[in-house]
Amino acid sequence: MTGDDRFGCNRHVTLPGPLRLDGGMLLSPVEIAYETYGTLDADGGNAILVCHALTGDQHVASEHPRTGKPGWWTRLIGPGKPIDPARDFVICSNVIGSCMGSSGPASVNPATGRPWGMAFPVITIRDMVRAQGMLLDHLGVARLKAVVGGSMGGMQALSWAATFPERIAAAVVIASTARHSAQNIAFHEVGRQAIMADPKWQGGDYYGGEPPAAGLAVARMAAHITYLSEAGLTEKFGRRLQARPGKEDGTKSFGFDADFQVESYLRHQGLAFVDRFDANSYLYITRALDYFDLAEEHGGLLANAFRDAPTRFCLVSFDTDWLYPTSESRAIVQALNAAGAPVSFVELSSPYGHDAFLLDAPEMNRVVDGFLKGGR
Amino acid sequence: MSLRSDLAVIAGHVAEGSRVLDVGCGDGALMAALRDDRGCDARGLEIDAGNVASAVARGLSVIQGDADVDLAGYPDRSFDYAILSQTLQTARAPDVVLDHLLRIGRRAFVSFPNFAQWRVRLSLLWGGRMPVTRQLPESWFDTPNIHHVTIDDFREHLKERGVTVEGAWFLSGDRQRSSAAANLLAQHAVFLLRR
Repeated sequence: MTGDDRFGCNRHVTLPGPLRLDGGMLLSPVEIAYETYGTLDADGGNAILVCHALTGDQHVASEHPRTGKPGWWTRLIGPGKPIDPARDFVICSNVIGSCMGSSGPASVNPATGRPWGMAFPVITIRDMVRAQGMLLDHLGVARLKAVVGGSMGGMQALSWAATFPERIAAAVVIASTARHSAQNIAFHEVGRQAIMADPKWQGGDYYGGEPPAAGLAVARMAAHITYLSEAGLTEKFGRRLQARPGKEDGTKSFGFDADFQVESYLRHQGLAFVDRFDANSYLYITRALDYFDLAEEHGGLLANAFRDAPTRFCLVSFDTDWLYPTSESRAIVQALNAAGAPVSFVELSSPYGHDAFLLDAPEMNRVVDGFLKGGR
Repeated sequence: MSLRSDLAVIAGHVAEGSRVLDVGCGDGALMAALRDDRGCDARGLEIDAGNVASAVARGLSVIQGDADVDLAGYPDRSFDYAILSQTLQTARAPDVVLDHLLRIGRRAFVSFPNFAQWRVRLSLLWGGRMPVTRQLPESWFDTPNIHHVTIDDFREHLKERGVTVEGAWFLSGDRQRSSAAANLLAQHAVFLLRR
């Protein structure tokens, strides 16, 4: 397969489409930024699609070009890991709506020659999945050995099983949910309002000028709290104060500097985020998440989404995840049971809350490894 | 790997190619045997996360859950067999669990340790202490067995509930005991039941 420029890191393709979106619009062309690792077997049976979360990207196991950080899921994907490019052909693509090279509000609207901004159509999780399906057609992958994802990536894996059951042999759904709850939507609305309240947002038409960095940073700060557990925050920061010159243990400023370490940490998270993410993409992807309700797409009964699905499922939740708590995974498991689908589920213990799936989780690796090998 | 004796009895009497739900499947030893030797489509329910991880790592479909809570979500007659091995006595509501078993499976295998076996009786009668034996190794304070049941208790319960016994096996170690002497001599009982 050497010499085939469809495969490798930092790939980009412009597909003619059109992609019919759930909102009714046609998207054309469809740009997709993606990476592949490993070699596709002659029979195409070793392809695994890895789906990223809200602010993730296609650099799942390679260095991020902008931040220089290693791939975001190298704990799960790499030599000797449960997903191993020596054995598996791994695909990870940037979701549409995002800002890392796939079609999104920052990409150029062919009708105007200018960035889409808020004229970009609202997209859904299923639209992201359909775009991935088009990418697989382009890559010549008829059927996936597995779709694997955490958080929003898990929703894509579920949507894959419901949308293209004949194209997916197994789904790994980690720290995820089949629908966004009122609380999930509420947190996202805080983030969106923070962005839209930033005067620099300009109705989304800020490209070429200054982006609404302050609003986006606040959105990120609020969201970041939901990714961590209360116990984790307490352990990491407690009520400790920031060190200042001459005051190693810190001191209260009796002002509004970042006195507490947790404040400083959140501000840092916010600032680091605006360097790598587009505010409008944040609006569009959080919208897609809020619209996600797999049962609603199937007559109100989640089991109907998986009726007669030939797919094996593996779900993992974490006991301190209050963003997508174990009860959400259990609801999916019940629906899969009702549909007669082969399903495995385990709730793992971790102090890290929702973020646990991205961190060191040896039990998660053991489960995913066994599950993926069990399908051979 | 050799199966525990009650599991070997169950494995030997499950029809080939059937759909099986193993409630309290542990690390999946029985499920793996049923899958590999009898071509069964086996699913499991297990309360302990470490056991679930081990079973999934064997390529089995196992859900972490509690028989007392999670059986309610399984549809009627969705399995040929529902199996409850060495778990009945740990349930908070064993009668309800048994009802679910007979609802979910066309047939049910139930195995449990017999608390009327003579060693257990002697231990309580002469020692005056809650029995700790090879089969029941935990002390009174840390045993998961919260509903002690004897073979005769169980037979009586089945009669009251109108449950049909299709087969019964009584074991001491690997030896089979007669039905008549089972309540005194058998350490374990295995029943094959249907509604």
